[in-house]
Amino acid sequence: MNFMKNRLLALSLGSMLTGAAFAQNAPFTAYDEKLPGTDLTFKMMPIPAGEFSFGSPAGEKGRGEDEGPQKKVKIAAFWMGAHEVTFDEYDIYADAEKDKTPVPDGMTRPSPPYIDLTLGMGKLGGFPANSMSQYGALMYCRWLYAKTGVFYRLPTEAEWEYACRAGSTTAYPFGNDASQLKDYAWFAANSGNKYHKVGTLRPNAWGLYDMLGNVAEWTLDQYDPAFLAQAADTDPWNKPTAKTPRTVKGGNYQDEAPRLRSASRLKSNTDWNRRDPQIPKSKWWNADAPFIGFRIVRPVKQPTKEEAEQFFADVIDKYLGSR
Amino acid sequence: MQEEQQGFHAGRRDFVKQSSMLAGGLLAMPVLSQANFFSGAGDVIKIALIGCGGRGTGAAVQALRTKQNVQLVAMADAFADRLNDSYNNIKDELGENASRLNVKEENKFIGFDAYQKAIALADVVILTTPPGFRPIHFEEAVKQGKHIFMEKPVATDPAGIKRVLDAAEIAKSKKLNVVVGLQRRYQASYRELFKRFNDGIIGDLLSINVWWNQGALWIRPRLPQYTEMEYQMRNWYYFNWLCGDHIVEQHIHNLDVGNWFMKDYPVTAYGMGGRAVRTGKDTGEIYDHHAVEYRYGNGVIMNSECRHWKDSASRVDEELTGTKGRIICDRGLIQDHKGKVLFQFDKKTENQPYQNEHDELFAAIAKGEYKFWDAERGAKTTLTAIIGRLATYSGEVIPFDKALNSGLNLQPATYAFDAKPPVMPDADGFYPYAKPGITKYFS
Repeated sequence: MNFMKNRLLALSLGSMLTGAAFAQNAPFTAYDEKLPGTDLTFKMMPIPAGEFSFGSPAGEKGRGEDEGPQKKVKIAAFWMGAHEVTFDEYDIYADAEKDKTPVPDGMTRPSPPYIDLTLGMGKLGGFPANSMSQYGALMYCRWLYAKTGVFYRLPTEAEWEYACRAGSTTAYPFGNDASQLKDYAWFAANSGNKYHKVGTLRPNAWGLYDMLGNVAEWTLDQYDPAFLAQAADTDPWNKPTAKTPRTVKGGNYQDEAPRLRSASRLKSNTDWNRRDPQIPKSKWWNADAPFIGFRIVRPVKQPTKEEAEQFFADVIDKYLGSR
Repeated sequence: MQEEQQGFHAGRRDFVKQSSMLAGGLLAMPVLSQANFFSGAGDVIKIALIGCGGRGTGAAVQALRTKQNVQLVAMADAFADRLNDSYNNIKDELGENASRLNVKEENKFIGFDAYQKAIALADVVILTTPPGFRPIHFEEAVKQGKHIFMEKPVATDPAGIKRVLDAAEIAKSKKLNVVVGLQRRYQASYRELFKRFNDGIIGDLLSINVWWNQGALWIRPRLPQYTEMEYQMRNWYYFNWLCGDHIVEQHIHNLDVGNWFMKDYPVTAYGMGGRAVRTGKDTGEIYDHHAVEYRYGNGVIMNSECRHWKDSASRVDEELTGTKGRIICDRGLIQDHKGKVLFQFDKKTENQPYQNEHDELFAAIAKGEYKFWDAERGAKTTLTAIIGRLATYSGEVIPFDKALNSGLNLQPATYAFDAKPPVMPDADGFYPYAKPGITKYFS
């Protein structure tokens, strides 16, 4: 039953991604997107379609039980943000005073948090946006779609891992030697217990920075420890059925090396917001999770307007405050 | 804890059955602990919620999640919409424990006088309105002999502090448990740091630095149907009679840590502040930054900063410097002056302090113990914050005792939606605000 259900859900995403209604004229190369009404740009890197082994082999050091069984899956082409979304970018959405072009009626913005969520680690000037709920990350995508007309969303867990591996089959994109990790990732051994400005270390083979470490990254998937056994062959996606838990990838600046492996799967936790003393809890923020952020993807095959709206209704409106 | 435990109290008759089992001896002990878990049976501890905003709703849910046999039986708010939202949110939040929400329609009270009726129905009251009302509500709850959880701050002006201090004395004589929501006192990391401080790990305390520097907060819009009083009640953060300014409403947490470790209250406050970026019609009269030097009786200085500046370097923390080392509270870290780590709190063992406040309070109440008398120190720490505001508003040195006895009172003469609040907008819709050198309090 579950198997069938997941296949169907995955198919529905697949049909959305391939059911393009308007021509895709953009050349499949890296590009900079400008946030309307600002001087800010963000870089998108082309991630070619392909096949990869999702998950980790049984013998991988530091492996979690939820990382298997490994499965060959096909992934359609997409662009992915070269960097984690920065607070400079996120604030154009979050702060009405900074957003110089109109947004559609009824589009809400994050409420300002009562407490400082950056813990003094830095906000503007290239630091990763952090502490937002998965809902807050998805709402940024919806806002960006409204602003640019381009359909951006969070990556699925499989897309994220495929892009992170960039063709590698080892524990880390650069091999199995964790001692090299410090050249690529901010983590427990080199972060000073702080996140850092995005893009200051080395990228992976596909030009993606900070995939590992710095802030961990939201994906589009419901977390299920048994997901790999059920994943569809093509563009697998564990479509959400509840507000929590969601799958998070990449590990963060507080984590030890094994949590940063390409296959490592992290489960979101309501404890990440336990010090929010209000009810209802903030839909937008996690009071105790400065280590969580996100990056965006753009599917090459763009959905129609109706499909995009249906997508946002399904992943956002049904699960307000997903975290 | 700052004070020693003052003793054992037999408590209300309703709860004494459990503690009398304790007197019955060891054999009764397992029965006692069983009895403290929610069973749905008798001996219900009845709770009233006074102030149904986001924090009040959160506090009510925390109280209802304690292990005791508790029920919310009454709610009060100035606004029906706020109360109804709160009721529905509590219901959603409780899930399978929804039977603990037992507020009949006739026990939902609306308006400025709603608190009196709700308090009368409860054993324990949760006071979580905007802080300007706290002295009135605390006085009434003490008068009616209730145990109390009240949020910080406990007043917005010295006259309110006096009322709270007077009522705190009566609460002590009646042995009513009072917890004030300065939750760092109930947080595992802070308690560990305080214990080590008392063991002498940093030697003698030389200076204190405290910060609450962050971005801007919520603003509620003025709707056309609002009277001026309703507008101020809705957008209460920006009016001193209701809020006390952010140095009082928010920074009090950090000032409280300074007073806690100092085991004293400052003698004077001296500082500066203003409205650098908070200039709108929708942000009332409060400042957006304060920097205050607090001086204690032994000469130690606590330097305090708080600000609401978006896109600026933020910091919310306390640092205590001693002869032998330094405590950095938010990191749970103690180090010597060469940077060597003397103690590092394991953040994985941190508790949820907002829940813990209620767990400890309701456990004491159920056992008939008298364990919490936070009102006096809550009032004196609130006054610490208030004299900081008086100092930044006037530019003068403000003595603690002089302020306490000043009778300074920001409250309106009449609480009614058609009454005039104590501060009114000018013809352009802007509110007058304090200006150093021009604003005077007492000479």
